[in-house]
Amino acid sequence: MNGSGMGKYLTTIGLEVHVQLKTQSKMFCGCSTDFGAPPNTHVCPVCLGYPGALPVMNRDAIRLTVISGLMLGCRINPYSKFDRKNYFYPDMPKNYQITQYDLPLCLGGGVEIEVGGRAKTIGITRIHLEEDVAKNLHYATWSGVDFNRAGVPLMEIVSEPDLESPEEASAYLLALRQILTYAGVSDCNLEEGNMRCDANCSLRLPGRTALGTKVEIKNINTVKGVHGALAYEEIRQARALDAGQTIIQETRRWDADQENTSSMRTKEDAHDYRYFPEPDLMPVALPAEQVAAWKAALPELPKARRERFVAQYGLPEYDAQVLAAERAVADYFEAALRVIPRAPKAVSNWVMTDVLRVLSERTIDIGRFPIAAEALAELIDLAETKVINSNTARDVFALMLDGGGRAGDIVKARGLAQVSDTAAIEKVVDQAIAENAKSAEDYRNGKAVALKFLVGQVMRLSKGKANPQMATEMLVARLGKG
Amino acid sequence: MSGLHTLGVHEVLERLNRRECSSEDVVRDLLGAIGRIDGTIDGYLSVGAEDALAQARAADDARRQGATGRLLGVPIAVKDVLNVKGQPCGCASRILQGYVSPYDATAVARLRAEGAVFLGRTNMDEFAMGSSTENSAFKVTRNPWNRDCVPGGSSGGSAAVVAADEAIAALGSDTGGSVRQPASFCGCVGLKPSYGRISRYGLTAFASSLDQIGPMTKSVRDAALLLQVMAGHDPHDSSCLPDPVPDYAASLVPDLKGIRLGLPREYFVGGSDPEVERAIRAAIEVCRGLGAQIVDVSLPHTPYAIATYYVIATAEASANLARFDGVRYGTRATGAEDPIDLYKRTREQGFGAEVKRRIILGTYVLSSGYHDAYYLRAQKVRTLIRRDFEQAFRACDAIVAPVAPTPAYPIGEKGGDPLQMYLGDIFTVPVNLAGICGMSVPCGLTTRQLPVGLQILGPALGEGNVLRVGHAYEQAGGWNKRRPPL
Amino acid sequence: MTQAHQDTQQAGATIDVRYVANLARLNLTDAEVATFQAQLSQIVAYVNEIRALDVEGVEPTAHAAPVRNVFRDDVVVPGLEREQAIANAPEHSADLFKVPTIVE
Repeated sequence: MNGSGMGKYLTTIGLEVHVQLKTQSKMFCGCSTDFGAPPNTHVCPVCLGYPGALPVMNRDAIRLTVISGLMLGCRINPYSKFDRKNYFYPDMPKNYQITQYDLPLCLGGGVEIEVGGRAKTIGITRIHLEEDVAKNLHYATWSGVDFNRAGVPLMEIVSEPDLESPEEASAYLLALRQILTYAGVSDCNLEEGNMRCDANCSLRLPGRTALGTKVEIKNINTVKGVHGALAYEEIRQARALDAGQTIIQETRRWDADQENTSSMRTKEDAHDYRYFPEPDLMPVALPAEQVAAWKAALPELPKARRERFVAQYGLPEYDAQVLAAERAVADYFEAALRVIPRAPKAVSNWVMTDVLRVLSERTIDIGRFPIAAEALAELIDLAETKVINSNTARDVFALMLDGGGRAGDIVKARGLAQVSDTAAIEKVVDQAIAENAKSAEDYRNGKAVALKFLVGQVMRLSKGKANPQMATEMLVARLGKG
Repeated sequence: MSGLHTLGVHEVLERLNRRECSSEDVVRDLLGAIGRIDGTIDGYLSVGAEDALAQARAADDARRQGATGRLLGVPIAVKDVLNVKGQPCGCASRILQGYVSPYDATAVARLRAEGAVFLGRTNMDEFAMGSSTENSAFKVTRNPWNRDCVPGGSSGGSAAVVAADEAIAALGSDTGGSVRQPASFCGCVGLKPSYGRISRYGLTAFASSLDQIGPMTKSVRDAALLLQVMAGHDPHDSSCLPDPVPDYAASLVPDLKGIRLGLPREYFVGGSDPEVERAIRAAIEVCRGLGAQIVDVSLPHTPYAIATYYVIATAEASANLARFDGVRYGTRATGAEDPIDLYKRTREQGFGAEVKRRIILGTYVLSSGYHDAYYLRAQKVRTLIRRDFEQAFRACDAIVAPVAPTPAYPIGEKGGDPLQMYLGDIFTVPVNLAGICGMSVPCGLTTRQLPVGLQILGPALGEGNVLRVGHAYEQAGGWNKRRPPL
Repeated sequence: MTQAHQDTQQAGATIDVRYVANLARLNLTDAEVATFQAQLSQIVAYVNEIRALDVEGVEPTAHAAPVRNVFRDDVVVPGLEREQAIANAPEHSADLFKVPTIVE
């Protein structure tokens, strides 16, 4: 079912996803891949395309690509090589890109997605490795080039044209991102540009087997953008076809602000890349034992982690789903749990409600969350062992968020430990009853809600420090006697 | 101190080690010779006198303090295609004017580590494309033996300055004969090592699967020493062979007992100048006298070598020269409206005719519709040429042949006919295609007093026997002692 | 692909110099086009002889030696200082390489 709402055409979508690999150094030279450095400070003769410079392959980039392939169910090519893709552009230091043409590292594979309750496997055609291009920056009368990014290892994952709607496309992208972050091969952060996506979209009438004319869409930089661009294209192409026009095979540019696609000026008048084998690099023939060893040591897949959270920690499916959605959050959860292993549900609740809430409010990811997993665990432990009550715990949480510090220290410094001393609570309970005779009377007459009010009074009088469970029990006992 | 400029590497080292002279003395003497001679030879693009003298003085200081580099204080001239830190690296092209190398080529760094002094950058065909050094954007180098004749190419400048005693030794590069052929035309020694024997890091690439740096010297012994220092695995060059480097000096035995020399019948079918063929045959007799056994071998795919070479070399070059676009270094055209316009203008203005021709040809043979018919097919023919040599080397230890079908010819003679120029590469290009090693040693003079070179070929990593044959022949033949009338 | 280029594919005779020069981002004067057309046609006719050879079953030589798996460790190594890198550029700002405006 396509999203154009017209239901008249069948949509076929393929995605080409480029993922920057999480290596320390670039694909073919020792320059740093650190994001955000001042322009042109991570450069050398190789990634600047100086005369006489030569590429040398980054071993880890190969490993991470193979691991990605294994995580995605691909076959690893026993013999693989690199090729030159020749075209001219300012972001190209050599005016050819070293990539893989006919013998990529990985072939086949697939990603399971779920859209509208329906599970589906999206096929992967191939995964290959190449070098990223530099960054072009645009000013009024000139453009500038920053070569920091030139040469960063880039993994290209090409899907089969199995996607049939914008919803499936974004689901695929999210599933892919989840698996790759689980694999630890990339941060897959679209905003930082370490995951980029090009889409192909064509429409055809039902009953036709031949695919319609394929339009390529570039400049998709967010997951929302994938959906938006494809939804727009579906409508645009459907309208054109309805009006009897032919779809031009072209590359179009997604504009996130205008929310439309427009025709791009082509980089090359003729797309003749003149591929030939890269003479400066030797082929890659990984020994079967090496690939087997990597396969045996693969990180857990998201699905497996979800299932383990249920089986190992007794968490409900829902919790497992939420916690395992992002590897970094799942890691955080388990790091906290290592400190207080006996309280998985409590940790789960805290992470799902409080931690994720803050992440959403502050639009940050867990990497930037101010409270370390171990520190959160300490706080949860104080609440679980009833040193502090749940309200106090939330207050301490807020304090830790903005001011840092350890839960234990804060509780001590501010004397926030809840009072569980029977005599002390008795005093306050008596005081609350004395000051609120009407409520006491209401409770004796069967109004349950009056009890809540009285508990509230006890808390107020004790400046929040009374153990609320004890206070409740004592009130009930006292009032029952009355 | 005079006469130092006429010495070779080993002789200079002997004098330096015996404290009979200083490195500064040698450099000064060379500068004197250059001052007297280079005006009529034009072998050097730049000399860098002050810098060379400073290096020489540093070498002298080091020697006084007990340093023992294998080339300590020996001046070496460098073909303008090699990156030497702090020096311009122009490849004799306008498009690279202004570019100063921020790094040393590995081969240069290894020579430097042994104390070598770098004096001067020598003229060449632009981007190493040519066989006469007439394609330099700046000047034509003249053959010291006859100033009206070409010195050969593309390392014509290096060959000329060594032959004219304007240098003690020089570095060249060889993609299709560019070290061996000018060595032959100028009467010096020129060695192209096996592909991957010397690192290409820092050698401006012409054809990546064919290029090698090579020493150009006054004796085989000097070439062996330079090879020894430069050769070996380099982590900066993935195509550099990991094989250990043998002791090349140990190969320099003065006889050829037990050596089988192959004569490829396809190289002696009468297409060469009779005086060239006469000199080669005389050299072969000398080798026989030294104990070598002469055997007949066949290289049946020889007729296809030039075509194969010019498809593969230009294809790789078209990609290797794409980086020259005026953005990151070199010269840039003005008035461009967009980047593509910038590239087109910069490359139109910056490249000479031969470079443009080869880029166009290389782009063509890779282009859609032609890739299989030309590039892919040429790579297959290359396999056949390689197999020819593997087969031949089962019957012999080294192959002897001419270097070029003619001696040096007059400047301008082959100007308008590039194909004619290419056909002269018939004996040199197969060596690069097969990845094997080859050396030219002087073996005679024509009646018009132009040098002829004997080419000695060995299998991949077979430099030992090639050096042995070259050294033994050289000592017996004596042609390397001849000097041009200057 | 231009018509001339396509025709050449069939004829195997002449090379469309203007078309190919454009792929290689080379401007040529009319005089150069004429000269190169003649010279390159002759050269292409010469290299055509490799098409006559039987290469059935022959593997192309992609690399001279059968070397495989040449890698370097994933370690950061200092490169060029920005000033060094920018210094060689014909046109640059304080920290970027300058080109005429790119229209995407």
